Amino acid sequence: MMMFYWVSLIVVSIAFAGLLFRLVKGPTVADRVVALDAIGISLVSIVALLSLIIETEFFLEIILLLSILSFIGTVAFAKFIERGAIFDRDNNR
Amino acid sequence: MRNLLREERFSIGTIIVNTLIIILISTGVIFSAVTALGLVRLPDVYTRTHAASKSSTLGVLCVLVGTFLHFLLVENVFNTQAIIAIVFLFITAPVGGHLIGRASYMSGIKVAEETVRDDMGIAIKKKKAEEK
Repeated sequence: MMMFYWVSLIVVSIAFAGLLFRLVKGPTVADRVVALDAIGISLVSIVALLSLIIETEFFLEIILLLSILSFIGTVAFAKFIERGAIFDRDNNR
Repeated sequence: MRNLLREERFSIGTIIVNTLIIILISTGVIFSAVTALGLVRLPDVYTRTHAASKSSTLGVLCVLVGTFLHFLLVENVFNTQAIIAIVFLFITAPVGGHLIGRASYMSGIKVAEETVRDDMGIAIKKKKAEEK
């Protein structure tokens, strides 16, 4: 069982390297943001597998925190790409 | 239950639980690998958004359900935060993909040469014609 967890962790890490390749190479900013979103999500599965290997349930709090941070970062970057500003002063739109 | 599962390593309950966890986690890992493959190989931003939002959501969902079941059935710990994380990821990851796709279309990134249909461009042209 432990062997299976290690093998899955290695496979997810190889996938993570592929996402890092897209993050570095991506021709546009939107490509890099997509790669960053996918990196946040696959980091969640890496933490879940690590908590299975170390046999502790305390890492699951990190999972919740990482998913929230990844979503907020994605939304902020999407708004930045679309309008060039993250915070709008005009409230009456 | 914890001691029972730990000491009798080959009891029928242990085998069923391990099979369930192995099926869930290997499904999730395969979907994560497919996500990376799609992000490396696909031609433009929109198809990459498609790969990154759908398959990575399902992959991380399967891994998290497997982890939750491992802690519930083997360690005998009911973890509420895992359920919250699963529901949150299931709602927000496709929303993030949609936001990035819309933002990149609005900022004028070209679609790939192989694209057959562009419904969003037609809709934007119609909206502009109505405004004039």
